[in-house]
Amino acid sequence: MTEHIVSSFDSDLKDLSRRVVEMGGQAERLVADSVMALVKRDTELAQKVIVLDGPIDLLQREIEEKAILTIARRQPLAIDLREIVAAMRIANDIERIGDLAKNTAKRVLALTGEFHPQKLVRGVEHMSGMVLEQLKSVLDSYASRDDARALEVWKRDGEVDILYTSLFRELLTYMMEDPRNISLCTHLLFCAKNIERIGDHATNIAETVHYLSTGQLLADERPKQDTSSLTTVPFPA
Amino acid sequence: MNFAPETSIDIASAVNRATAPSAEPKLKVDKLNFYYGDNHALKNINFEIPEKRVTAMIGPSGCGKSTLLRIFNRMYQLYPGQRAEGNIWFDGVDLLGKDLDSTVVRSRIGMVFQKPTPFPMSIYDNIAFGVKLHESLNKAQMDERVEWCLRKAAIWDETKDRLHTSALGMSGGQQQRLCIARTIAVRPEVILLDEPTSALDPISTSKIEDLIDELKQEFTIVIVTHNMQQAARCADITSFFYLGELIEVAASNEIFTNPREARTRDYITGRFG
Repeated sequence: MTEHIVSSFDSDLKDLSRRVVEMGGQAERLVADSVMALVKRDTELAQKVIVLDGPIDLLQREIEEKAILTIARRQPLAIDLREIVAAMRIANDIERIGDLAKNTAKRVLALTGEFHPQKLVRGVEHMSGMVLEQLKSVLDSYASRDDARALEVWKRDGEVDILYTSLFRELLTYMMEDPRNISLCTHLLFCAKNIERIGDHATNIAETVHYLSTGQLLADERPKQDTSSLTTVPFPA
Repeated sequence: MNFAPETSIDIASAVNRATAPSAEPKLKVDKLNFYYGDNHALKNINFEIPEKRVTAMIGPSGCGKSTLLRIFNRMYQLYPGQRAEGNIWFDGVDLLGKDLDSTVVRSRIGMVFQKPTPFPMSIYDNIAFGVKLHESLNKAQMDERVEWCLRKAAIWDETKDRLHTSALGMSGGQQQRLCIARTIAVRPEVILLDEPTSALDPISTSKIEDLIDELKQEFTIVIVTHNMQQAARCADITSFFYLGELIEVAASNEIFTNPREARTRDYITGRFG
């Protein structure tokens, strides 16, 4: 696209976008580290995740301030307006993703010294692999303004929901099998929910990328396949 | 690039999207070409202006938007060497028709200019002057008309105690609202505004924009403006002109968030080279 007559407007927009991409990279690492800390029971890594959520929050505030200033100064229209709205919305989603990773890390600390059979954690680890892939894809789609890739992410979130529902059932079953699992499994359920929500934020970002590149809002209702709130598991006779 | 009629912009659907049930075209520009001597200033323009809506015309200087506005008002007839081809339908009458009385046209299609142009006479007479050309009112009726249009133009409170003092003593913003009142006084159907706030401060500008919002209940308004935000705020429909061509017409909501044409986007986002 041709550049603005006022070249400092171009650098404002580039700077905004660069910060969002940087923030996304940080959040991606934080999510990966929080799951790693959970799987490896690594309290040191968990501590690090908790601390590193701070810089993400700070970036979000900076992006918001910069976006507001740019709106006030430039009165952006069309693609410029969408760029700024997108940056603000995506920064909000990423900030929430950071918070969810931090919450998972806090649970790792709470579980220190608990009974911790490794097989219980496998499901969460598997699910987080899928969500991390989604997050990476959607952040790349933002960086390259790739609408098709964003839409793929948006459509794939149903698979995360299905996995979450089956994980929910699995963890309930473990709790019934052995009451010593209850504390761990309850925390794991919350961790799984955190990760599932990170997936939801990835689809929000996908919607924003779609709006940014096409100017259209995604009108369709995304297929929701998380049925965990309707799920019960009967106690074995 | 030329717009052949069959490939011209889908104005009707843009108008429908932007406006509620009845938005009949008040003015219909059909294959209009305009020349300043050898200069082909407007090229095959096809364009509809819906009734009781605000239609904005935007574009860089020299793109033809003011020319089009002046054609609606038959102002070009004042200058030799200026020539229009095509039709402009206004309630079934062709505004370009040779035997049309320009004074009658101008009473039905009023115009307000960039710089306030009050006559060097009292506020009251500024308004009464035009009315007297078209109607014979007695003193009471004229008083009523003057008050009516000054109220409509949101300037009654500021002028009611000084109606018989010179209009030249008013502030720029007041003078511009007086000019709008003067235009309304002859009860036109269409009001043409040629950059009506470009010489005004932000407060006067806001008052005029508020007024435009009021006036569209009763009048069809066409506004030429260089202020994108003003078009986005005031207009239901926005049209973009470039080098004498109509590039895009759409609901303002669409054109300022998601224009279809790259040239429109480049212009409204300040990317024109």
